[in-house]
Amino acid sequence: MASLYHSRKRRNAIAMGLCVGATGIGLAWLFVILSTLLWNGAGGINLAVFTQMTPPPNVHGGGLLNAIVGSLIMTTIGIAIGAPIGLFAGTYMAEYGRYEKLTTVTRFINDILLSAPSIIIGLFIYGAVVVPMHGFSGIAGALALAVIVIPVVVRTTENMLLLVPQQLREAATGLGLPRSVVVQKVAYKAAKTGLITGLLLAVARISGETAPLLFTALSNQFWSIDLTREIANLPVTINNFINNPDPNWKRLAWAGALIITFAVLALNIAARAIGSRSATK
Amino acid sequence: MSEATLAPPAGGRTTTANRNMVLSSLRNGDRFFFWATRLSAWIVLLILGGIIGSLFVGAWPAIREFGIGFLTTQRWAPNAQPDPVLGGLGPIYGTLVSSLIAMVIAVPVGLGVAVFLTELCPQKLRQPISTAIELLAGIPSIIYGMWGFFVLGPFLAEYVEPALIATFEHVPVLNQVFKGPASNLSLFNASLVLAIMILPFITSISRDVFLTVPPVLKEAAYGVGCTTWEVVKNVVLPYTRVGVIGGIMLALGRALGETMAVTFVIGNSFKIQTSIFAPATTISAAIASEFAEASDVHQSALILLGLLLFVLTFIVLAAARLMLMRVEKKAGN
Repeated sequence: MASLYHSRKRRNAIAMGLCVGATGIGLAWLFVILSTLLWNGAGGINLAVFTQMTPPPNVHGGGLLNAIVGSLIMTTIGIAIGAPIGLFAGTYMAEYGRYEKLTTVTRFINDILLSAPSIIIGLFIYGAVVVPMHGFSGIAGALALAVIVIPVVVRTTENMLLLVPQQLREAATGLGLPRSVVVQKVAYKAAKTGLITGLLLAVARISGETAPLLFTALSNQFWSIDLTREIANLPVTINNFINNPDPNWKRLAWAGALIITFAVLALNIAARAIGSRSATK
Repeated sequence: MSEATLAPPAGGRTTTANRNMVLSSLRNGDRFFFWATRLSAWIVLLILGGIIGSLFVGAWPAIREFGIGFLTTQRWAPNAQPDPVLGGLGPIYGTLVSSLIAMVIAVPVGLGVAVFLTELCPQKLRQPISTAIELLAGIPSIIYGMWGFFVLGPFLAEYVEPALIATFEHVPVLNQVFKGPASNLSLFNASLVLAIMILPFITSISRDVFLTVPPVLKEAAYGVGCTTWEVVKNVVLPYTRVGVIGGIMLALGRALGETMAVTFVIGNSFKIQTSIFAPATTISAAIASEFAEASDVHQSALILLGLLLFVLTFIVLAAARLMLMRVEKKAGN
């Protein structure tokens, strides 16, 4: 009896010890990755990084200004195209066609697009935009990012609108408001924090994306904000600089990596903070 | 609030005419909004159609040129004379094997973290720890690539790989799998990086489905004297099996298509080797590193690889979704 009891206890201790160990490993990984970034990147950060253009190889100094601006432009356009489409699609699924076949199918497809490999999105935009336009362009990069934004926003919009109490809509409809006004003035307002969370998550998701930009926006060594031509952007610049033996390029790549990672993590944390604040209310 | 004045009818129209105008503009706005949202829902479907269509058009020259033999040919020689020889077996093999090894590592660790978070962790620490694990999913994949290339790769080649090679030197079969020389860029390195990247997906989905277990089931098991491990093994896991498998498939879908991190550390070799310490390539890594410089049938072959990858991930993700939908239905009832 006693031995069975002890062996069960021992087995429990081992299994639970492994679970604690697994958590330790997960946290340690996060710690190691972030400290590697800080270690290699912090030294490269200075004012010039934010005020000067990317340098040619084997030259001292220089910065990442054109890459940062290019990234901001493409992210903004990507969000400006993707977010309204995602918001409307999510609205249709939650407000108009909640029990329709179209909604079920769209939700299913959307969930698959949400996890689809981003390099495939790049190939899609290459075939659909770059080839017909006869060249890489900033607008192609922005469109690739928009395609990634849409499923993220659809998902959060639908989830958040489904949480809005039905009584609110009934009360508004009882006052004689048309459906579209009910949705825009009542449902959106009630779901506001959730919708903002979704938007922030979408920005976080696309800010670090490299694969879909590799052969849509390409990159550009020089200052250019012409959307019909190649445009510099941070992820691809990091990718090009890190694989080069030039120490100055390496330094800038690590600095860029540090900037991108902390921007993305800050967005993630902000989204969570807003989301959890609304959940406890 | 003592008096309210009604605005006189604008533009000299009667109140009724005015009222009709407002109503009809509302009606038009209503109709516009309905169709705008409905169209957007269709756009999501059109994107999927667009992806499949554009990949198929791009891949067509390669399909015509190589046919079904593309799947069984290992040689990848875009510059061969007189005609390029391109076979997808190498990247397909690399994609499947690297994801498989990543799953073998990440699934037990991810489930362990989920068990810790739901059964062992003090309430106060739950939120911070799960946020920290989920932040792993937020780190851009190129950062994982750089870290794998500069930190993990040298560490593995210096310490881990020689140890494994020495350990399995005299074991048949395994000495082929763990065969030297140790290398910075290898299938093994890529698999480890992938494992870290998909860990948060496995953890957060398993944690969510573990929380759907009715407390009364667990309490009953504890009541008859089960240890925590026995409760997890005999109550929680059987109850949540479908959801956990769904989460694992979702993570697999991610692993199959992961690009930048793998491109940095896998070494980009199209030759299939038995040793996991040898360089290899995956579909996404091949596309990322060759597509910009490719042309004609070489480019088309890369798009064909992309099409195959998309079909593969589509099947895996669809299966995952169907399983998770079953869980949601169960939880809803």
